[in-house]
Amino acid sequence: MKRLSWFNAVSLTLGFAFLYIPMVILVIFSFNESKLVTVWAGFSTKWYGELMQNEAFLNAAWVTIKVAVFSSTIATVLGTIAAYVLVRGGRFMGRTLFSGMIYAPLVMPEVITGLSLLLLFIGIGLDRGVFTIVLAHTTFAMCYVSVVVSSRLVTFDRSLEEAALDLGCSASEAFRLVTLPIIAPAVISGWLLAFTLSLDDLVIASFTSGPSATTLPIKIFSAVRLGVSPEINALSTIMIAIVTVGVITASLVTKRQVAKQKREEMEAVRN
Amino acid sequence: MRRYFLIAIPYVWLLALFLVPFVIVLKISLSDAAIARPPYFPQFDWAEGIRAFFAELDFENFIFLTEDDLYWKAYLSSLKIALISTFLTLLVGYPMAYGMARTPEEWRPTLMMLVILPFWTSFLIRVYAWMGILSNEGFLNQFLLWTGIISEPLTILNTNSAVYIGIVYTYLPFMILPVYSALERLDGSLIEAAEDLGCSRLSAFWLVTIPLSKNGIIAGSFLVFIPVLGEFVIPSLLGGSNTLMIGKVLWEEFFSNRDWPVASAVAVILLLLLVIPIVLFQRNQQKQQEAEQ
Repeated sequence: MKRLSWFNAVSLTLGFAFLYIPMVILVIFSFNESKLVTVWAGFSTKWYGELMQNEAFLNAAWVTIKVAVFSSTIATVLGTIAAYVLVRGGRFMGRTLFSGMIYAPLVMPEVITGLSLLLLFIGIGLDRGVFTIVLAHTTFAMCYVSVVVSSRLVTFDRSLEEAALDLGCSASEAFRLVTLPIIAPAVISGWLLAFTLSLDDLVIASFTSGPSATTLPIKIFSAVRLGVSPEINALSTIMIAIVTVGVITASLVTKRQVAKQKREEMEAVRN
Repeated sequence: MRRYFLIAIPYVWLLALFLVPFVIVLKISLSDAAIARPPYFPQFDWAEGIRAFFAELDFENFIFLTEDDLYWKAYLSSLKIALISTFLTLLVGYPMAYGMARTPEEWRPTLMMLVILPFWTSFLIRVYAWMGILSNEGFLNQFLLWTGIISEPLTILNTNSAVYIGIVYTYLPFMILPVYSALERLDGSLIEAAEDLGCSRLSAFWLVTIPLSKNGIIAGSFLVFIPVLGEFVIPSLLGGSNTLMIGKVLWEEFFSNRDWPVASAVAVILLLLLVIPIVLFQRNQQKQQEAEQ
Protein backbone atom coordinates (compact mmCIF):
# COMPACT_ATOMS: atom_id res chain seq x y z
CA MET A 1 0.00 0.00 0.00
CA LYS A 2 1.40 3.38 -0.90
CA ARG A 3 1.60 6.08 1.70
CA LEU A 4 -1.03 8.71 2.06
CA SER A 5 -0.17 11.71 -0.09
CA TRP A 6 0.30 14.98 1.78
CA PHE A 7 -2.80 16.43 0.14
CA ASN A 8 -5.02 13.62 1.42
CA ALA A 9 -3.41 13.74 4.84
CA VAL A 10 -4.05 17.49 5.11
CA SER A 11 -7.65 17.30 3.90
CA LEU A 12 -8.45 14.46 6.30
CA THR A 13 -6.82 16.23 9.24
CA LEU A 14 -8.57 19.51 8.54
CA GLY A 15 -11.87 17.78 7.87
CA PHE A 16 -11.90 15.77 11.07
CA ALA A 17 -10.68 18.79 13.02
CA PHE A 18 -13.67 20.71 11.66
CA LEU A 19 -16.00 17.88 12.69
CA TYR A 20 -14.62 17.40 16.19
CA ILE A 21 -13.15 20.68 17.50
CA PRO A 22 -16.56 22.30 18.16
CA MET A 23 -17.61 19.33 20.28
CA VAL A 24 -14.27 19.19 22.10
CA ILE A 25 -14.60 22.89 22.98
CA LEU A 26 -18.15 22.29 24.16
CA VAL A 27 -17.03 19.46 26.44
CA ILE A 28 -14.01 21.33 27.83
CA PHE A 29 -16.06 24.39 28.73
CA SER A 30 -18.67 22.34 30.53
CA PHE A 31 -15.98 21.99 33.24
CA ASN A 32 -15.42 25.73 33.41
CA GLU A 33 -15.70 27.47 36.76
CA SER A 34 -16.99 30.73 35.27
CA LYS A 35 -20.51 31.42 34.13
CA LEU A 36 -19.05 32.98 30.99
CA VAL A 37 -18.80 30.17 28.52
CA THR A 38 -15.95 31.64 26.52
CA VAL A 39 -13.50 32.55 29.31
CA TRP A 40 -11.65 29.80 31.16
CA ALA A 41 -11.60 30.31 34.94
CA GLY A 42 -10.48 26.96 36.30
CA PHE A 43 -11.77 23.40 36.52
CA SER A 44 -15.06 22.70 38.20
CA THR A 45 -17.89 20.22 38.00
CA LYS A 46 -20.41 22.56 39.58
CA TRP A 47 -22.55 22.86 36.43
CA TYR A 48 -23.16 19.13 36.54
CA GLY A 49 -24.27 19.50 40.14
CA GLU A 50 -26.64 22.31 39.21
CA LEU A 51 -27.98 20.30 36.33
CA MET A 52 -28.80 17.42 38.67
CA GLN A 53 -30.77 19.85 40.82
CA ASN A 54 -32.67 21.37 37.92
CA GLU A 55 -36.13 19.79 38.20
CA ALA A 56 -37.32 21.16 34.86
CA PHE A 57 -34.46 19.54 32.96
CA LEU A 58 -34.80 16.25 34.78
CA ASN A 59 -38.53 16.11 34.10
CA ALA A 60 -37.98 16.92 30.45
CA ALA A 61 -35.30 14.23 30.23
CA TRP A 62 -37.71 11.69 31.71
CA VAL A 63 -40.47 12.66 29.25
CA THR A 64 -38.00 12.43 26.36
CA ILE A 65 -36.83 8.96 27.32
CA LYS A 66 -40.39 7.73 27.79
CA VAL A 67 -41.41 9.07 24.38
CA ALA A 68 -38.32 7.60 22.74
CA VAL A 69 -38.77 4.12 24.23
CA PHE A 70 -42.46 3.87 23.35
CA SER A 71 -42.27 5.43 19.90
CA SER A 72 -39.17 3.52 18.78
CA THR A 73 -40.59 0.21 19.94
CA ILE A 74 -43.95 0.68 18.21
CA ALA A 75 -42.14 2.07 15.16
CA THR A 76 -39.90 -1.00 15.00
CA VAL A 77 -42.88 -3.36 15.01
CA LEU A 78 -44.82 -1.34 12.43
CA GLY A 79 -41.76 -0.62 10.31
CA THR A 80 -40.72 -4.27 10.21
CA ILE A 81 -44.22 -5.32 9.17
CA ALA A 82 -44.24 -2.60 6.52
CA ALA A 83 -40.86 -3.72 5.18
CA TYR A 84 -41.96 -7.34 5.12
CA VAL A 85 -45.17 -6.47 3.31
CA LEU A 86 -43.32 -4.33 0.77
CA VAL A 87 -40.61 -6.85 -0.01
CA ARG A 88 -42.50 -10.13 0.38
CA GLY A 89 -46.14 -9.13 0.12
CA GLY A 90 -46.42 -9.34 -3.64
CA ARG A 91 -49.01 -7.19 -5.32
CA PHE A 92 -51.92 -5.71 -3.47
CA MET A 93 -54.26 -2.85 -4.00
CA GLY A 94 -52.71 0.52 -3.29
CA ARG A 95 -49.15 -0.79 -3.07
CA THR A 96 -47.75 2.28 -4.85
CA LEU A 97 -49.51 4.59 -2.42
CA PHE A 98 -48.18 2.51 0.45
CA SER A 99 -44.57 2.63 -0.66
CA GLY A 100 -45.00 6.33 -1.37
CA MET A 101 -46.19 6.88 2.18
CA ILE A 102 -43.16 4.97 3.48
CA TYR A 103 -40.66 7.07 1.55
CA ALA A 104 -42.32 10.49 1.70
CA PRO A 105 -41.79 11.14 5.42
CA LEU A 106 -38.05 10.63 4.93
CA VAL A 107 -37.81 13.71 2.74
CA MET A 108 -40.63 15.71 4.27
CA PRO A 109 -39.49 18.90 6.01
CA GLU A 110 -40.08 18.54 9.74
CA VAL A 111 -42.04 21.78 9.91
CA ILE A 112 -44.63 20.35 7.52
CA THR A 113 -44.90 16.99 9.29
CA GLY A 114 -45.27 18.77 12.62
CA LEU A 115 -47.83 21.26 11.37
CA SER A 116 -49.97 18.64 9.65
CA LEU A 117 -50.01 16.33 12.68
CA LEU A 118 -50.90 19.19 14.99
CA LEU A 119 -53.80 20.19 12.76
CA LEU A 120 -55.00 16.58 12.81
CA PHE A 121 -54.79 16.33 16.60
CA ILE A 122 -56.72 19.57 17.00
CA GLY A 123 -59.20 18.48 14.36
CA ILE A 124 -60.11 15.30 16.22
CA GLY A 125 -59.91 16.99 19.61
CA LEU A 126 -57.00 15.00 21.01
CA ASP A 127 -55.31 16.63 24.00
CA ARG A 128 -51.66 17.23 23.26
CA GLY A 129 -49.11 15.59 25.52
CA VAL A 130 -46.84 12.56 25.73
CA PHE A 131 -49.33 10.45 23.80
CA THR A 132 -49.48 12.76 20.77
CA ILE A 133 -45.67 13.07 20.63
CA VAL A 134 -45.42 9.27 20.68
CA LEU A 135 -47.91 9.05 17.80
CA ALA A 136 -45.97 11.64 15.80
CA HIS A 137 -42.55 10.11 16.41
CA THR A 138 -43.79 6.61 15.67
CA THR A 139 -45.13 7.76 12.33
CA PHE A 140 -41.90 9.16 10.94
CA ALA A 141 -39.61 6.68 12.71
CA MET A 142 -41.44 3.62 11.32
CA CYS A 143 -40.50 4.78 7.83
CA TYR A 144 -36.81 4.85 8.72
CA VAL A 145 -37.09 1.41 10.34
CA SER A 146 -38.87 0.07 7.29
CA VAL A 147 -36.14 1.34 4.94
CA VAL A 148 -33.38 -0.21 7.07
CA VAL A 149 -35.18 -3.54 7.42
CA SER A 150 -36.25 -3.80 3.80
CA SER A 151 -32.70 -3.26 2.58
CA ARG A 152 -31.77 -6.36 4.61
CA LEU A 153 -34.80 -8.33 3.40
CA VAL A 154 -33.95 -7.62 -0.23
CA THR A 155 -30.49 -9.12 0.06
CA PHE A 156 -31.38 -12.27 1.92
CA ASP A 157 -31.90 -15.59 0.29
CA ARG A 158 -35.58 -16.33 -0.07
CA SER A 159 -35.05 -20.05 -0.49
CA LEU A 160 -34.34 -20.31 3.24
CA GLU A 161 -37.91 -19.28 3.98
CA GLU A 162 -39.21 -21.58 1.29
CA ALA A 163 -37.25 -24.48 2.72
CA ALA A 164 -38.80 -23.86 6.14
CA LEU A 165 -42.27 -23.81 4.58
CA ASP A 166 -41.54 -27.03 2.68
CA LEU A 167 -40.38 -28.69 5.87
CA GLY A 168 -43.75 -28.04 7.44
CA CYS A 169 -43.44 -24.65 9.12
CA SER A 170 -46.49 -22.43 9.07
CA ALA A 171 -45.96 -18.97 7.61
CA SER A 172 -45.72 -17.38 11.03
CA GLU A 173 -43.31 -20.06 12.27
CA ALA A 174 -41.14 -19.54 9.21
CA PHE A 175 -41.09 -15.82 9.96
CA ARG A 176 -40.32 -16.31 13.64
CA LEU A 177 -37.75 -19.08 13.31
CA VAL A 178 -36.00 -18.21 10.05
CA THR A 179 -36.66 -14.69 8.84
CA LEU A 180 -36.58 -12.81 12.11
CA PRO A 181 -33.23 -14.18 13.37
CA ILE A 182 -31.63 -13.31 10.03
CA ILE A 183 -32.98 -9.76 9.85
CA ALA A 184 -32.50 -9.20 13.61
CA PRO A 185 -29.40 -6.98 13.25
CA ALA A 186 -31.31 -4.71 10.85
CA VAL A 187 -34.31 -4.62 13.18
CA ILE A 188 -32.06 -3.67 16.09
CA SER A 189 -30.31 -0.94 14.15
CA GLY A 190 -33.73 0.27 13.02
CA TRP A 191 -34.79 0.51 16.65
CA LEU A 192 -31.62 2.38 17.56
CA LEU A 193 -32.15 4.79 14.69
CA ALA A 194 -35.76 5.37 15.70
CA PHE A 195 -34.70 5.89 19.31
CA THR A 196 -32.06 8.49 18.45
CA LEU A 197 -34.34 10.29 16.01
CA SER A 198 -36.95 10.56 18.72
CA LEU A 199 -34.44 11.76 21.35
CA ASP A 200 -33.17 14.34 18.94
CA ASP A 201 -36.35 15.75 17.50
CA LEU A 202 -37.19 19.35 18.27
CA VAL A 203 -39.48 20.55 15.51
CA ILE A 204 -42.12 17.82 15.40
CA ALA A 205 -42.18 17.58 19.20
CA SER A 206 -42.70 21.34 19.49
CA PHE A 207 -45.75 21.16 17.26
CA THR A 208 -47.29 18.08 18.83
CA SER A 209 -46.54 18.61 22.53
CA GLY A 210 -48.78 20.41 24.93
CA PRO A 211 -48.03 22.36 28.09
CA SER A 212 -48.11 19.12 30.08
CA ALA A 213 -45.21 17.53 28.21
CA THR A 214 -41.93 19.26 27.44
CA THR A 215 -39.15 17.20 25.92
CA LEU A 216 -35.45 17.85 26.44
CA PRO A 217 -34.82 19.30 22.97
CA ILE A 218 -37.69 21.77 23.46
CA LYS A 219 -36.20 22.75 26.83
CA ILE A 220 -32.69 23.07 25.40
CA PHE A 221 -33.94 25.09 22.45
CA SER A 222 -35.74 27.63 24.58
CA ALA A 223 -32.71 27.95 26.90
CA VAL A 224 -30.25 28.22 24.01
CA ARG A 225 -32.23 30.94 22.30
CA LEU A 226 -31.23 33.23 25.14
CA GLY A 227 -27.55 32.44 24.56
CA VAL A 228 -24.89 29.94 25.60
CA SER A 229 -24.86 28.67 29.17
CA PRO A 230 -22.49 26.31 30.98
CA GLU A 231 -25.38 24.20 32.20
CA ILE A 232 -26.36 23.39 28.63
CA ASN A 233 -22.71 22.55 27.95
CA ALA A 234 -22.79 20.07 30.83
CA LEU A 235 -26.01 18.53 29.54
CA SER A 236 -24.57 18.31 26.02
CA THR A 237 -21.44 16.63 27.36
CA ILE A 238 -23.50 13.96 29.07
CA MET A 239 -25.46 13.33 25.87
CA ILE A 240 -22.31 13.22 23.73
CA ALA A 241 -20.72 10.76 26.18
CA ILE A 242 -23.73 8.44 26.07
CA VAL A 243 -23.83 8.45 22.26
CA THR A 244 -20.07 7.90 21.96
CA VAL A 245 -20.10 4.94 24.33
CA GLY A 246 -23.18 3.53 22.55
CA VAL A 247 -21.77 3.82 19.04
CA ILE A 248 -18.37 2.41 19.96
CA THR A 249 -19.95 -0.53 21.81
CA ALA A 250 -22.27 -1.23 18.90
CA SER A 251 -19.41 -1.21 16.41
CA LEU A 252 -17.29 -3.50 18.58
CA VAL A 253 -20.19 -5.93 18.95
CA THR A 254 -20.83 -6.05 15.20
CA LYS A 255 -17.10 -6.45 14.56
CA ARG A 256 -16.98 -9.44 16.89
CA GLN A 257 -20.11 -10.92 15.33
CA VAL A 258 -18.69 -10.60 11.83
CA ALA A 259 -15.48 -12.27 12.99
CA LYS A 260 -17.45 -15.07 14.65
CA GLN A 261 -19.54 -15.61 11.55
CA LYS A 262 -16.40 -15.80 9.41
CA ARG A 263 -14.83 -18.32 11.77
CA GLU A 264 -17.93 -20.49 11.69
CA GLU A 265 -18.05 -20.36 7.92
CA MET A 266 -14.39 -21.38 7.74
CA GLU A 267 -15.02 -24.29 10.08
CA ALA A 268 -18.04 -25.38 8.08
CA VAL A 269 -15.95 -25.36 4.92
CA ARG A 270 -13.19 -27.37 6.59
CA ASN A 271 -15.61 -29.99 7.85
CA MET B 1 -57.07 -13.07 5.12
CA ARG B 2 -54.12 -12.95 7.55
CA ARG B 3 -52.06 -11.33 4.86
CA TYR B 4 -54.50 -8.48 4.43
CA PHE B 5 -54.62 -7.95 8.15
CA LEU B 6 -50.84 -7.67 8.18
CA ILE B 7 -50.85 -5.17 5.35
CA ALA B 8 -53.64 -3.19 6.95
CA ILE B 9 -51.82 -2.37 10.20
CA PRO B 10 -49.03 -0.13 8.85
CA TYR B 11 -51.23 0.98 5.96
CA VAL B 12 -54.01 2.33 8.13
CA TRP B 13 -51.50 3.92 10.49
CA LEU B 14 -49.85 5.85 7.66
CA LEU B 15 -53.16 6.80 6.10
CA ALA B 16 -54.42 8.19 9.39
CA LEU B 17 -51.24 9.90 10.54
CA PHE B 18 -49.56 10.87 7.31
CA LEU B 19 -52.03 11.26 4.48
CA VAL B 20 -55.06 12.56 6.34
CA PRO B 21 -53.05 15.28 8.14
CA PHE B 22 -51.86 16.36 4.75
CA VAL B 23 -55.33 16.67 3.35
CA ILE B 24 -56.19 18.75 6.41
CA VAL B 25 -53.28 21.10 5.70
CA LEU B 26 -54.46 21.44 2.14
CA LYS B 27 -57.96 22.16 3.28
CA ILE B 28 -56.95 24.74 5.86
CA SER B 29 -54.71 26.46 3.32
CA LEU B 30 -57.88 27.10 1.34
CA SER B 31 -59.80 28.37 4.35
CA ASP B 32 -59.93 31.84 5.85
CA ALA B 33 -58.39 32.95 9.11
CA ALA B 34 -60.98 33.64 11.78
CA ILE B 35 -60.93 34.75 15.38
CA ALA B 36 -62.26 31.53 16.77
CA ARG B 37 -61.15 28.20 18.14
CA PRO B 38 -59.67 26.70 16.02
CA PRO B 39 -58.79 29.95 14.26
CA TYR B 40 -60.01 29.29 10.74
CA PHE B 41 -63.20 29.14 8.75
CA PRO B 42 -65.12 27.17 7.43
CA GLN B 43 -65.35 24.30 9.88
CA PHE B 44 -66.63 21.11 8.40
CA ASP B 45 -70.26 20.69 9.21
CA TRP B 46 -72.23 17.65 8.09
CA ALA B 47 -75.53 19.47 8.49
CA GLU B 48 -74.72 22.05 5.85
CA GLY B 49 -73.51 19.46 3.40
CA ILE B 50 -70.34 19.05 1.40
CA ARG B 51 -71.36 21.45 -1.33
CA ALA B 52 -71.72 24.44 0.97
CA PHE B 53 -68.41 23.54 2.57
CA PHE B 54 -66.50 23.49 -0.71
CA ALA B 55 -68.09 26.74 -1.78
CA GLU B 56 -66.37 28.47 1.14
CA LEU B 57 -62.88 27.35 0.09
CA ASP B 58 -60.76 29.63 -2.07
CA PHE B 59 -57.18 30.43 -3.05
CA GLU B 60 -57.09 33.70 -1.12
CA ASN B 61 -54.11 32.67 1.01
CA PHE B 62 -52.06 31.73 -2.01
CA ILE B 63 -52.87 35.04 -3.64
CA PHE B 64 -51.82 36.71 -0.41
CA LEU B 65 -48.50 34.84 -0.56
CA THR B 66 -47.78 36.14 -4.05
CA GLU B 67 -48.66 39.69 -3.08
CA ASP B 68 -46.62 39.98 0.10
CA ASP B 69 -42.98 39.96 -0.97
CA LEU B 70 -41.84 38.55 2.41
CA TYR B 71 -42.85 35.09 1.19
CA TRP B 72 -41.29 35.45 -2.21
CA LYS B 73 -38.07 36.56 -0.64
CA ALA B 74 -38.18 33.73 1.87
CA TYR B 75 -38.66 31.09 -0.84
CA LEU B 76 -35.92 32.54 -3.00
CA SER B 77 -33.53 32.96 -0.12
CA SER B 78 -34.16 29.38 1.07
CA LEU B 79 -33.35 28.17 -2.42
CA LYS B 80 -30.23 30.33 -2.53
CA ILE B 81 -29.03 29.23 0.90
CA ALA B 82 -29.71 25.57 0.08
CA LEU B 83 -27.84 25.78 -3.23
CA ILE B 84 -24.80 27.61 -1.87
CA SER B 85 -24.54 25.42 1.21
CA THR B 86 -24.86 22.24 -0.86
CA PHE B 87 -21.97 23.46 -2.97
CA LEU B 88 -19.92 24.35 0.11
CA THR B 89 -20.63 20.96 1.67
CA LEU B 90 -19.42 19.29 -1.52
CA LEU B 91 -16.30 21.44 -1.44
CA VAL B 92 -15.49 20.34 2.12
CA GLY B 93 -16.82 16.79 1.84
CA TYR B 94 -15.26 15.69 -1.45
CA PRO B 95 -11.61 15.99 -0.38
CA MET B 96 -12.44 14.18 2.85
CA ALA B 97 -14.20 11.34 1.04
CA TYR B 98 -11.33 11.21 -1.43
CA GLY B 99 -8.78 11.06 1.35
CA MET B 100 -10.74 8.32 3.10
CA ALA B 101 -10.89 6.21 -0.03
CA ARG B 102 -7.11 6.53 -0.40
CA THR B 103 -6.16 5.51 3.15
CA PRO B 104 -4.95 1.97 3.88
CA GLU B 105 -7.87 -0.41 4.09
CA GLU B 106 -7.54 -1.17 7.79
CA TRP B 107 -8.09 2.51 8.72
CA ARG B 108 -11.28 2.90 6.78
CA PRO B 109 -13.80 1.42 9.23
CA THR B 110 -12.48 3.72 11.97
CA LEU B 111 -12.61 6.80 9.74
CA MET B 112 -16.08 5.79 8.67
CA MET B 113 -17.17 5.57 12.29
CA LEU B 114 -15.66 9.00 12.95
CA VAL B 115 -17.79 10.43 10.13
CA ILE B 116 -20.97 8.74 11.36
CA LEU B 117 -20.50 9.45 15.07
CA PRO B 118 -21.52 13.14 14.89
CA PHE B 119 -24.64 12.07 13.00
CA TRP B 120 -25.81 10.11 16.06
CA THR B 121 -25.15 13.08 18.32
CA SER B 122 -27.98 15.50 18.84
CA PHE B 123 -28.45 17.91 15.95
CA LEU B 124 -29.41 20.67 18.36
CA ILE B 125 -26.20 20.24 20.35
CA ARG B 126 -24.07 20.35 17.24
CA VAL B 127 -25.68 23.61 16.17
CA TYR B 128 -25.41 24.97 19.71
CA ALA B 129 -21.67 24.21 19.76
CA TRP B 130 -21.17 26.82 17.05
CA MET B 131 -22.93 29.55 19.01
CA GLY B 132 -20.04 29.69 21.46
CA ILE B 133 -17.49 29.63 18.66
CA LEU B 134 -18.94 32.25 16.36
CA SER B 135 -20.16 34.88 18.82
CA ASN B 136 -18.36 38.24 19.09
CA GLU B 137 -16.35 37.14 22.10
CA GLY B 138 -16.33 33.53 20.89
CA PHE B 139 -13.37 31.24 20.28
CA LEU B 140 -12.95 32.02 16.60
CA ASN B 141 -12.67 35.74 17.27
CA GLN B 142 -10.40 35.15 20.26
CA PHE B 143 -8.17 33.01 18.10
CA LEU B 144 -8.07 35.42 15.18
CA LEU B 145 -7.39 38.39 17.48
CA TRP B 146 -4.62 36.45 19.19
CA THR B 147 -2.92 35.60 15.89
CA GLY B 148 -3.25 39.22 14.84
CA ILE B 149 -5.14 38.48 11.62
CA ILE B 150 -7.89 40.85 12.68
CA SER B 151 -7.88 43.74 15.11
CA GLU B 152 -11.64 44.02 15.61
CA PRO B 153 -13.90 41.04 16.36
CA LEU B 154 -15.86 39.88 13.33
CA THR B 155 -19.64 39.66 13.52
CA ILE B 156 -20.42 36.14 12.33
CA LEU B 157 -23.15 34.83 14.63
CA ASN B 158 -26.63 35.94 13.53
CA THR B 159 -25.58 36.39 9.91
CA ASN B 160 -25.98 34.19 6.86
CA SER B 161 -22.31 33.13 7.09
CA ALA B 162 -23.05 31.46 10.42
CA VAL B 163 -25.98 29.66 8.78
CA TYR B 164 -23.68 28.35 6.02
CA ILE B 165 -21.13 27.16 8.55
CA GLY B 166 -23.83 25.44 10.58
CA ILE B 167 -25.32 23.70 7.55
CA VAL B 168 -21.97 22.48 6.21
CA TYR B 169 -21.08 21.20 9.67
CA THR B 170 -24.29 19.31 10.37
CA TYR B 171 -24.90 17.92 6.87
CA LEU B 172 -21.30 16.94 6.08
CA PRO B 173 -21.81 13.19 6.78
CA PHE B 174 -24.67 13.09 4.23
CA MET B 175 -22.25 14.31 1.56
CA ILE B 176 -19.21 12.28 2.58
CA LEU B 177 -20.87 8.85 2.75
CA PRO B 178 -22.29 8.60 -0.81
CA VAL B 179 -19.22 10.23 -2.36
CA TYR B 180 -16.94 7.92 -0.39
CA SER B 181 -18.82 4.81 -1.45
CA ALA B 182 -18.54 5.91 -5.09
CA LEU B 183 -14.81 6.65 -4.77
CA GLU B 184 -14.06 3.45 -2.89
CA ARG B 185 -15.38 1.35 -5.74
CA LEU B 186 -13.35 3.29 -8.27
CA ASP B 187 -10.73 1.14 -9.98
CA GLY B 188 -7.31 2.70 -9.37
CA SER B 189 -5.88 1.22 -12.54
CA LEU B 190 -8.10 3.52 -14.60
CA ILE B 191 -6.29 6.55 -13.20
CA GLU B 192 -2.93 4.90 -13.75
CA ALA B 193 -3.94 4.18 -17.32
CA ALA B 194 -4.91 7.82 -17.83
CA GLU B 195 -1.58 8.95 -16.41
CA ASP B 196 0.33 6.46 -18.56
CA LEU B 197 -1.46 7.81 -21.59
CA GLY B 198 -0.14 11.27 -20.83
CA CYS B 199 -2.69 12.87 -18.55
CA SER B 200 -1.32 15.08 -15.81
CA ARG B 201 -2.50 14.10 -12.32
CA LEU B 202 -4.88 17.01 -12.24
CA SER B 203 -6.44 16.28 -15.60
CA ALA B 204 -6.68 12.57 -14.73
CA PHE B 205 -8.60 13.60 -11.63
CA TRP B 206 -10.80 15.92 -13.65
CA LEU B 207 -11.39 13.54 -16.56
CA VAL B 208 -11.57 10.18 -14.76
CA THR B 209 -12.16 10.45 -11.03
CA ILE B 210 -14.82 13.17 -11.05
CA PRO B 211 -16.99 11.60 -13.80
CA LEU B 212 -16.76 8.18 -12.15
CA SER B 213 -17.86 9.57 -8.79
CA LYS B 214 -20.65 11.58 -10.39
CA ASN B 215 -23.41 9.43 -8.90
CA GLY B 216 -22.05 9.86 -5.41
CA ILE B 217 -21.83 13.62 -5.90
CA ILE B 218 -25.40 13.82 -7.17
CA ALA B 219 -26.79 11.64 -4.37
CA GLY B 220 -24.89 13.56 -1.71
CA SER B 221 -26.00 16.92 -3.10
CA PHE B 222 -29.66 15.95 -3.02
CA LEU B 223 -29.31 14.51 0.48
CA VAL B 224 -28.07 17.92 1.61
CA PHE B 225 -30.21 20.17 -0.58
CA ILE B 226 -33.61 18.62 0.16
CA PRO B 227 -33.58 18.82 3.97
CA VAL B 228 -31.79 22.19 4.03
CA LEU B 229 -34.61 23.77 2.03
CA GLY B 230 -37.03 23.30 4.92
CA GLU B 231 -34.46 23.77 7.69
CA PHE B 232 -35.63 25.52 10.84
CA VAL B 233 -33.17 24.98 13.72
CA ILE B 234 -30.03 26.32 12.04
CA PRO B 235 -31.45 29.63 10.76
CA SER B 236 -33.25 30.29 14.01
CA LEU B 237 -30.20 29.68 16.23
CA LEU B 238 -27.30 30.85 14.05
CA GLY B 239 -29.04 33.20 11.64
CA GLY B 240 -30.10 36.75 12.30
CA SER B 241 -33.33 38.62 11.89
CA ASN B 242 -32.56 39.12 8.20
CA THR B 243 -31.93 35.43 7.54
CA LEU B 244 -35.04 34.44 5.66
CA MET B 245 -35.79 30.77 5.36
CA ILE B 246 -39.16 29.30 4.66
CA GLY B 247 -39.08 26.83 7.55
CA LYS B 248 -38.59 29.72 9.95
CA VAL B 249 -41.33 31.78 8.30
CA LEU B 250 -43.77 28.88 8.62
CA TRP B 251 -42.89 28.42 12.29
CA GLU B 252 -43.39 32.11 13.06
CA GLU B 253 -46.58 32.34 11.03
CA PHE B 254 -47.96 29.50 13.10
CA PHE B 255 -46.62 30.11 16.60
CA SER B 256 -46.29 33.92 16.66
CA ASN B 257 -48.95 35.18 14.27
CA ARG B 258 -51.29 32.26 14.85
CA ASP B 259 -52.39 32.51 11.24
CA TRP B 260 -53.03 28.84 10.52
CA PRO B 261 -54.39 29.20 6.99
CA VAL B 262 -51.34 31.20 5.83
CA ALA B 263 -48.96 28.78 7.60
CA SER B 264 -50.69 25.90 5.78
CA ALA B 265 -50.42 27.69 2.45
CA VAL B 266 -46.70 28.26 3.08
CA ALA B 267 -46.37 24.52 3.78
CA VAL B 268 -48.16 23.59 0.56
CA ILE B 269 -45.87 25.80 -1.54
CA LEU B 270 -42.76 24.49 0.22
CA LEU B 271 -43.89 21.00 -0.65
CA LEU B 272 -44.42 21.91 -4.30
CA LEU B 273 -40.91 23.37 -4.31
CA LEU B 274 -39.55 20.06 -3.02
CA VAL B 275 -41.30 17.86 -5.56
CA ILE B 276 -38.82 18.59 -8.36
CA PRO B 277 -35.59 17.77 -6.48
CA ILE B 278 -37.20 14.71 -4.88
CA VAL B 279 -38.32 13.30 -8.23
CA LEU B 280 -34.88 13.98 -9.72
CA PHE B 281 -33.23 12.29 -6.76
CA GLN B 282 -35.47 9.21 -7.05
CA ARG B 283 -34.70 8.96 -10.74
CA ASN B 284 -30.97 9.18 -10.11
CA GLN B 285 -31.15 6.46 -7.48
CA GLN B 286 -33.15 4.21 -9.77
CA LYS B 287 -30.73 4.69 -12.65
CA GLN B 288 -27.86 3.82 -10.36
CA GLN B 289 -29.58 0.67 -9.15
CA GLU B 290 -30.28 -0.45 -12.70
CA ALA B 291 -26.67 0.22 -13.67
CA GLU B 292 -25.49 -1.96 -10.82
CA GLN B 293 -27.62 -4.93 -11.78
